[in-house]
This record gives sequence, C-alpha cells and structure tokens, in this order.
Amino acid sequence: MSTALVRYDRDRPRGLFGRLRGAMEKWTLSQGGPELEARLARLVAPQNEYGVDPFGLELDFTKAAIAPVLWLYRTYFRVETHGIDQVPTGRVMLISNHSGQLPLDGAMIAMSLLLEAEPPRVVRAMVEKWAPTLPFVAPFFARIGQVVGTPENCRRLLAAGETIMVFPEGTRGLNKTYDKRYRLQEFGNGFLRIALETRTPIVPVAVVGAEEQAPAFFEFKSVARALGFPALPITPTLVPLPLPVKYHLWFGAPMRFSGSPDDDDAELEPKVSDVKRAIERLIERGLASRGSIFR
Amino acid sequence: MSRDAVLVTGISGNLGRVLARVLHKTDRVIGVDRRPFPGAPKDLEVHNLDIRKRKVEDLFRRGDVQAMIHMAIVHDPRLSQSEHHSFNVLGTKAVLSFAAKYGVRKVVVLSSATVYGPQPGNDNFLTEESPLLGSERFPGIRDLVEVDMYAQQYMWKYPEVDTVILRPAHIVGPTVRNAPSTYLRLPRPWTLAGFDPMVQLIHEEDVAHVLALALRPGVRGVFNVCGPGELPLSAVLRELGRTPIPVPHLIARPLLDKLFQYRLAGFPSAELDHLQFLCTVDGTRAERELAFRPAYTLRETIRSVLGEVPPRIQLVPQGSHGAAGSQGAA
Repeated sequence: MSTALVRYDRDRPRGLFGRLRGAMEKWTLSQGGPELEARLARLVAPQNEYGVDPFGLELDFTKAAIAPVLWLYRTYFRVETHGIDQVPTGRVMLISNHSGQLPLDGAMIAMSLLLEAEPPRVVRAMVEKWAPTLPFVAPFFARIGQVVGTPENCRRLLAAGETIMVFPEGTRGLNKTYDKRYRLQEFGNGFLRIALETRTPIVPVAVVGAEEQAPAFFEFKSVARALGFPALPITPTLVPLPLPVKYHLWFGAPMRFSGSPDDDDAELEPKVSDVKRAIERLIERGLASRGSIFR
Repeated sequence: MSRDAVLVTGISGNLGRVLARVLHKTDRVIGVDRRPFPGAPKDLEVHNLDIRKRKVEDLFRRGDVQAMIHMAIVHDPRLSQSEHHSFNVLGTKAVLSFAAKYGVRKVVVLSSATVYGPQPGNDNFLTEESPLLGSERFPGIRDLVEVDMYAQQYMWKYPEVDTVILRPAHIVGPTVRNAPSTYLRLPRPWTLAGFDPMVQLIHEEDVAHVLALALRPGVRGVFNVCGPGELPLSAVLRELGRTPIPVPHLIARPLLDKLFQYRLAGFPSAELDHLQFLCTVDGTRAERELAFRPAYTLRETIRSVLGEVPPRIQLVPQGSHGAAGSQGAA
C-alpha cells in the first residue's frame, strides 16, 4: 500500500512555477518558524498519490500560497484573535460579517484557525459561483481548499467533519460603501437550513478592522452588471488596496439550533436573527475595546 | 427456448468489444451493430444490423433475450445534429420499445456524466438527482441528454423491468477513441490559461465490469460511475509527460471553432468547457448498490491511453469484480 503514496518527481511542477513555489514555501516557513511547521504537519487531508484531496485541496501548494497571507496576518494587519478557543472540534460553521472589497477578512479568519486554533485546520470558505469563471483565481482557490458555495458541497464537507466559513451577506457585505460600515446587510438563510439539517454548531465571528480597510464611496451597479461583476466599488485608490488597519477577530460561543430544515423562511427568520445579533454584539464589543482603526 | 441471452447493441465499438470479451465467458451474448466485429469470440452471435431496422425485432421475437445492454450511442462531432438524433434517439426508442414488447426484464443503458455538463456553479460531486444541463452550453449533445431522459421515462413506465442507467465519467483506455482519450493522446494538448479543473477518468475495462454488474437481478436505477478518484487536469497531463499549450479562453473558443471548421482540430469549442469547469460526479451509489470498485488505479487509468498498461480482463474472475479490484490493484 505504501508504494502508492510515494510521490514521484513528475508529480511536481517544474520550471519557473516550480521554483516560485519553492521560494514561497521557504517564505512561509521563515515567517512561521518551527511552530508553524509543526502545525502544518498536523493537518490531515485525504490526499491521493497526486497530493490532492477530492475537492482539489493541495496541502503542498497551500503551504506556498499562504506566505503573503501570513505576512498580511502578522505584519500588515497585526491580527489579534479573541475567544478562538471557543471553536469546537469537529464539523462547525463560522458565520461572519463580510466587508473590505477584497475578501481578506475570509483569508484572515482562515489563517487564524490554521495558526491559533486547536487543532489547526484548513477552513473551507463557500465561495461565489463567479470565482470558477475567473482565470487563475479558480484553480488557486481550489488548491487552497476553497469550494463553490452550493448546498450540496456544504453538506458534503460538513459530513466529513470540516470547518466551513459562510458570509451570509455575500457581496452585499463585501462591496458595501463606507457609510454602511459595521451595519450588517441582509442575511441569506441557506446556511441555517444546512446547519439544522446536519446538526452543525454555528460559531459567530466578528471581524473588526476590515470594514475600514478600503473605504468605497460609490458603487457602480450598472457598470458592474454590464461587465458581469457582482459589484464595482470605487475606492480612493481605484483598486481596493487595503489600508494597514488593525484586525480584531472576535469568536463567539457556539450556537446550536434545533428544528426542521424544511421549515418556511418565516420559521427560520428568528434563528437567523439570533446569529445576526450575536455577531452584532461581538462587533460592538470589538469596536468599544479597540483604540483606533490602526491600533 | 430459455431466456438466457444478453443482447448488446453497439458491440463492435471499442468499448463494446471490451464488454464482449468480459461477458461472453458467463453469458450467452447476442451482439447487434451495423459495423463488423472482426475477431469476435467464437461463441458470440453478431448481427450486422442497424438498430433502427425492423429486422432487429426478429432478435427479440425469438424470446430468449433476458437482458439488453444498450450502448449503440454515438457522439461524433462531425456528424450532423439530425444524424445524431436519428441514430441515438430514434435508435434508443426502437430497441427499448422492442424490449418492452417482448418482456425483457433487464435493460441497461450506457449514458455518461457529460449529460450534467461542465458548469461554473456545479457541485464538486454531482449526484444522480442533479439536473441534466449538458446541452445548455453544448447543443451538440442534446441527443445524449434526450436518450438519458427517455431511459428514465422508461424506468418509471415499466416498473416490472429492472432498468439501469449508467453515467460514467470520462472513459479512457488503450482502445477507446472518444474525445477525452484522443485529447490525452495529443503530445501538445491545449489547456485554457488559468484553468485547471478536477477531472475523473475511468478505464474502459472498469466500465465493462460495471455494465456486467448492472445485469444482476434486482439492480435498478440511475448510477454515476467514477473511476479511482479525481485529480487536476494538469496532473493528468504531467503524468503523461505532455507539454500543454495554455491558450486564453477568450481566444481559444473562436480559434478552435475555425480550426474545427477546416478540419484541423477534432473537437468543437464547446468541448473546451471540460478543460475549464467541473463535471465530476459522486459515485457512491454505484459503490454501495452495485458493489463496484475500479480495478485500475488512478495512475494506471491515466497511463492506459498510452497502451502500455497490460489489460487485466483475463485476470479478473467473473462474478467477483469487486473483490478482484482491490487485489488487482495491489
């Protein structure tokens, strides 16, 4: 059996891409040190002899790809986590506010679970159906374990005991304008249906800091629609380059709901509101306890 | 006359011949194909008939057909839509109606996972209940979707018949000449720049085995069939030592259509969707209810297009495909 798991040289990309990947992997390890190396070694993904899991997650690639994310986490956004020990082991759904024009809030939450949670784990974000149409983004997301957010994918990952991240605001939250910062937009309730169906605990998460990282003052809905984009926000720098804000990630106590997943939307509404309120409370706490947006 | 024969349509195709070699050891096989079957096993009865011809009815009228495997379904991008429709849809309707009329208790139809269609919003593992959207982006396979849906109707219309519809992933192997295996034989295949979807391949002999497993009494329903796993397209090409040419997808489509038009390429641009988006399936139902396990490993399945992996048919004892699979792979 063991022979099947031997990695052949031809399985590894060579040339420029291969060298870049090697350099990135070194950068990851130089930032994280032996502690990160030990944590990465504890990650388990059911890899085949080509080094990928059934969803396309490739741990070797991920180790290289997280280098710049790790730099953002440690050096640029100086992420601080609060209450991450409340994330239970086994299948769990992280529900968070979404903002910042670029989904860096998702990247930082994922990084925090890799670096600081016990046990370390790879978070699966439920990404927009738009992502698989974007060249280079599509395979990049797949190799680092991000999956298109269909209910079926979500169920399957939860059944396998994975950690799922959902932003029920979707692009409504990601691309909101500056005047709406820290005001939660309308929540979809698909996540709650699946949580009920799979009896998955929900951990509310508040990201404080990201909402100020790339203030947008206009949103060109019509242009966005013409280009096939979900949104087209205009920030002072035109491209939504993030400011060096300080990130605070607040994790709440796990919430467990019971009820039928086939209930009407009206029955689900109060439960969705409970989650929304839990996040709002965490946001309030986070805003009250921070010094300024850069500290 | 006792009912003991298995009628196989499309037996002279590459996959049909693999199936014939598997099946003739345990069952009396009657083959139907408009093409000849050179070197057919001695005990095989082959009729050179077009399945749309009235004479096909004579084979059923004898009353010895207990099961039918219908695999006379073509997909040749050079053939017109009406030829496809005539052969696939009308052909399927004809043989299924004879099967119903003469009380054939088991009908196995070989569809394929491409009926789901590669789409950006696809589940990573499409289940048998997923909608068949294959012809939405690729009208050229409308007839294949129609055949699958017609077989489903048949299943509900005749509850006393054990109807089985199999939807295998991309079939590859030393002998098949379909689009995926032809693509993988190209020394410098195109890829779409910035896209690298997960793909599933299944060995032609594994497909023959699952067809044989579907003949078991009591087996009924729609089954996805996937091979030994899924991996990125780039890993498949690397395994085969190919040098892919990445082409930006906005250029690739019009360019390939022109090349196809002038017969410089074998595929129309709609096939490029398979190089861009997911069309991978969940095969657990076939694992559970048919006890299907692929005999070929992932690496062997990929390399089979090179013709260097020796066939296993002789080694696999009939009736124990599942158990033989894991032993064969060790």
